[in-house]
Amino acid sequence: MSVLVYIETGKGKVKKASLEATNYAAQIAGQLGTSVTAIAFNAEGAHLEEVGKAGAKKILNVKGEQYKTHDPIYLAAAVEQAAKAEGSKVIVMSFDVTGKALAPRLSGKLKAGLVAGAVDYPAMNGNTLEVKKNVFSGKATAIYTINSDVKILSLMPNSFPVKLGDNAASVTDFAVDLGSVSSKIVVKETKSTNTGGMIPLPEAELVVSAGRGLKGPENWGLVEELAKVIGATTACSRPVADMHWRPHHEHVGQTGIAIRPNLYIAIGISGAIQHLAGVNGSKTIVVINTDKEAPFFKSADYGIIGDAFEVLPKLTEAIKKLKASN
Amino acid sequence: MKILVAISNVPDTTTKIAFSDNDTKFNTAGVQFIINPYDEWYALVRALELKETGKAQTVTLFHVGLPDSEATIRKGLALGADDAVRVNAEGPDAFFVASEIAKYAKENGYELILVGKETINYNGSSVGGMIAGILDHPFVSLATKLEMNGSTATVEHDVDGGTQVVECAAPMVISCAKGMAEQRIPNMRGIMAARTKPIKVVEASSSALTGIKSFALTPGRTTCKFIDPSNVEELVNLLHNEAKVI
Ligand SMILES: Cc1cc2nc3c(=O)[nH]c(=O)nc-3n(C[C@H](O)[C@H](O)[C@H](O)COP(=O)(O)OP(=O)(O)OC[C@H]3O[C@@H](n4cnc5c(N)ncnc54)[C@H](O)[C@@H]3O)c2cc1C
Ligand SMILES: Nc1ncnc2c1ncn2[C@@H]1O[C@H](COP(=O)(O)O)[C@@H](O)[C@H]1O
Repeated sequence: MSVLVYIETGKGKVKKASLEATNYAAQIAGQLGTSVTAIAFNAEGAHLEEVGKAGAKKILNVKGEQYKTHDPIYLAAAVEQAAKAEGSKVIVMSFDVTGKALAPRLSGKLKAGLVAGAVDYPAMNGNTLEVKKNVFSGKATAIYTINSDVKILSLMPNSFPVKLGDNAASVTDFAVDLGSVSSKIVVKETKSTNTGGMIPLPEAELVVSAGRGLKGPENWGLVEELAKVIGATTACSRPVADMHWRPHHEHVGQTGIAIRPNLYIAIGISGAIQHLAGVNGSKTIVVINTDKEAPFFKSADYGIIGDAFEVLPKLTEAIKKLKASN
Repeated sequence: MKILVAISNVPDTTTKIAFSDNDTKFNTAGVQFIINPYDEWYALVRALELKETGKAQTVTLFHVGLPDSEATIRKGLALGADDAVRVNAEGPDAFFVASEIAKYAKENGYELILVGKETINYNGSSVGGMIAGILDHPFVSLATKLEMNGSTATVEHDVDGGTQVVECAAPMVISCAKGMAEQRIPNMRGIMAARTKPIKVVEASSSALTGIKSFALTPGRTTCKFIDPSNVEELVNLLHNEAKVI
């Protein structure tokens, strides 16, 4: 009856989103009077320790080459078998790239209701689970109900704090019967996005973003400087990516990626509704714009009405000073 | 190769969102509905391009929705789809929609099912993966490029931290994102032709697993604190001591 959480590891560590999911699963397990079982793939010592600290009581470690590309066909087979073995009625994972393919696949296979992108802890009401999710690209929220026997929740990344305790999980190797499961997807080439050492946007807690107000790609040094002093990742509006001033993977908004950092600094971005759709979940928003009527100020916590070319160098200096004094 | 393109009917992106019936229903009064942008600009246009280059024979639209979404379907036909199927139901959740698509695709031999990355109203990114789960098909998500060679697809898609090129033999499901094609505007001939293209209406046989109990508007931010551009130190101070983010 344990709550099952899917864990992803990469670049030698457990993804932050998976630790968020483990904490979240522990909250549900508390409500249900049960514990958390994690399913991880080819995980090693330090990973497993962290998952235990995040609240898993037991870790099923699945080994095999097939899992290395995160192909949901194999992952789904493994998670399905783990859920059966554990009698899990609730399965939790992140609403990240893998979660967006794995959770619905499991839902279709198991006839398990899915709420994709939960932003709050669920409430259990008999056999019905209720949970909040963003709808209309963040303009509203809805309380979803799931009535099926098995329930799947994927969580909006960066919506839940990661708390590590001092519990340790038991680790068992979990053998998955892949029987006739065989993926028809053949990976030909993988290109990693060159973020120049910055944390990838979906995981970044601090983001500095700029738009058409910057006038041209040659001016991005100002944006990068600011990002560097605070340890932020850079992003941009759609036209900026469309004009190839910045790489496609930096484009945030409705058609780009949706992010929820702790801090979003928007420079020379007007604040069109489609841009806001991807960033309005940010905890603190700073807007720097020459136009006091720019719609973005209505969604900002702090605003500077001013010219980016004058404000940015000063802001970067002031933050350097702060960092030096700390 | 017959392509099935799943299209959803969504409020235009600039719609002011409101709810009725004690915040349990989306208020459609005065709302302009459109084809979900990902379904139209990327999935449908790419499917049409594949047909135009002889890589596919037919492009069928599939929609789960009530009769009032017919205008949306006609727009898809005006862009060049051959025919359309409408399941006469509200489409209460992603599982219901996916079950209907899966059933129809299987019974009618559709080998390539294209969906959008997500709907802009419910933002689930779920229907494509669910269809794949129900039919045990491969699913390539967040595709930005799609080429067909016989019944084998070469797809470039976004993965965690980068992009990947994969090959996959049909039958398969692909979710389409920006990059795959460019938006098109229907021309007069297309609009005229769409009037007589067939829309087959079928009744639903699936059930939903989830529901929506209530909606709430996301509260706006309390008023913005303005800082003088000559006093950026004040902003730094606020970010450090008040917002505690740097
Ligand atoms: C269906 C659809 C989907 C879309 N998806 C997205 C999306 O995902 N992401 C996205 O970003 N957009 C998206 N858009 C486009 C969106 O509507 C806007 O056109 C776009 O966000 C505008 O980009 P911008 O703010 O950089 O440029 P502009 O709107 O041109 O704004 C530039 C801003 O810079 C300010 N400025 C000028 N000079 C300076 C200066 N020296 N210092 C400071 N400020 C200055 C101006 O006052 C202005 O506010 C979408 C549109 C549609 C129709
Ligand atoms: N009612 C519907 N009818 C047909 N296709 C749909 C419907 N709802 C969603 N889809 C398809 O599924 C995709 C993903 O939707 P969602 O899972 O709701 O984000 C959409 O982009 C459409 O291609």
